[in-house]
Amino acid sequence: MGSMVEFFQHLMNGLTLGGIYALIALGYTMVYGILKFINFAHGDVLMVGSYIGLFVYNFIRGEVLGAWSILAFFLSMLVGMVFSALLGMTIEKVAYKPLRKATRLAPLLSAIGISFILSNLAAWFWGTKSRKLEYPFDNSPLYIGEVSITPHQILILAVVVVMMVSLKLFVDKTRIGKAMRATSLDQDTAKLMGIRVDRVISITFAIGSALAATAGILIALEIKVYPSMGTMTGLKAFVAAVVGGIGSISGAMVGGILLGLLETFGVALLGIPYGLRDTIAFVVLIIILLLKPEGILGKAEKEKV
Amino acid sequence: MILLETKALTRTYGGVVAVSKVSFQAQEGLITGLIGPNGAGKTTLFNNMTGLDLPTAGKVYFKGKDITGHSAHKICRMGIARTFQNIRLFKELTVTENVMVGRHFKTGRNVNHGRTLTAVGSYLQMNREHQQVHAEAMRWLEFFGLEPFANELAKNLPYGHQRELEIARALATEPTLLFLDEPAAGMNPHETASLMATIRRIRDLGITVVLIEHDMKLVMNICDTISVLNYGENIANGTPSEIRGNPLVIEAYLGKEEE
Repeated sequence: MGSMVEFFQHLMNGLTLGGIYALIALGYTMVYGILKFINFAHGDVLMVGSYIGLFVYNFIRGEVLGAWSILAFFLSMLVGMVFSALLGMTIEKVAYKPLRKATRLAPLLSAIGISFILSNLAAWFWGTKSRKLEYPFDNSPLYIGEVSITPHQILILAVVVVMMVSLKLFVDKTRIGKAMRATSLDQDTAKLMGIRVDRVISITFAIGSALAATAGILIALEIKVYPSMGTMTGLKAFVAAVVGGIGSISGAMVGGILLGLLETFGVALLGIPYGLRDTIAFVVLIIILLLKPEGILGKAEKEKV
Repeated sequence: MILLETKALTRTYGGVVAVSKVSFQAQEGLITGLIGPNGAGKTTLFNNMTGLDLPTAGKVYFKGKDITGHSAHKICRMGIARTFQNIRLFKELTVTENVMVGRHFKTGRNVNHGRTLTAVGSYLQMNREHQQVHAEAMRWLEFFGLEPFANELAKNLPYGHQRELEIARALATEPTLLFLDEPAAGMNPHETASLMATIRRIRDLGITVVLIEHDMKLVMNICDTISVLNYGENIANGTPSEIRGNPLVIEAYLGKEEE
């Protein structure tokens, strides 16, 4: 019975961690789906969004009390999302769009450059000391049977589910979502069908960046905010996107959740030392690349000669 | 009336002159053929007229308006559609969905009612619009007799039908001018014959057609007027019978006779 409780406990922890990875992975996968390029500055956009969210929250929190602080938190999250969306769109216009016809390596290097610029600017402006984002609620755990769940975890799960469902509806049902899918299938043909491809690309960056900011602000409650917070988180979310099948939105969701579960259960059940936790993602990456390089939900593309 | 024309259009790639000072005209309501040996610059000219490529020099006019350098989506919205030499369907979408994409930019306008009211309202709006687009797509499938394949994936269609589907998708954008890049390439004689009838029916809808084609039987049969390119230069223009007897054209295709 004790082991059952333990299992559910790890499941809960794994799901929340995985949900966060999935939110970030969506940004990688959507951009890849349309531009066939990995936006390595994605993790740093997450970091900037988290800082903005933190500043806004600290600014308004003093004015409100108690139950209202959760509203203040959501408002801060919204501001962080909007800021990140604008940042993501600007980066695309400045650093990637001019390189769209260059070799495929060029925008990739540009992205790595932007990543360094953002994290160093953050360190310069805001210092390297990590800052705490206070819980907007009492985070003492609640118990379902013997399984404990913190309000923070409930918040993460709720936000992740809402974001994923809305994204899926957006991409499947709306005009812009359909234009996105057409653009990812064939950019030139989409243009000839009257689709404004440049705008579709901008919107893709905006959505991906906003999701990253959401994830950043959610984890900031636990791991604090600091200039290099996006690096490892971003890298692992990238692994999640590849494991799920890069380019596939459902794949990013599946890959993220799977990675979260594997990390949690790897430490808890397989006895992998906690310090080696970060290696789990990369071992999984190697295994997937060897066995099913296109990812769990990815489609194998045949190179035509 | 001239619907589309280029004035001294030139496209060079480094030192290679793909298209050289070509002044091409397409008369409204006619079928214009664009012929020439391989590498003559026909597809380059198409790409420059549809916004997929930028001319090095020269201008493109559509309905008297300068459209040089306009982006492809803008040119599409002005009423120019095209197909490709190597078929470029959305392979993983169904036949109907392919045509529906062509209706995309026509949606989402003049539909203010219910749009801003409530989420439910706009959801219903989306569904209504979706059904309307679906019905319009089906009309084009019927035009080509493709409705039995409506729910097949585009990549599973027989080759000839894939070509027709690409034309159907282009027509769904409601163009006044349609460019066809080698529509009969790879077709058997039976498919080519039915394609010729289809192109005439498209013209009868009031749509101006410009086509690149190597199948001389098709070109001579259905084109009202023909322009010939050779090494990037426009060497002749005229009716099919004029072109057939033009010594420059014969030389371009067969080479000069030794004296």
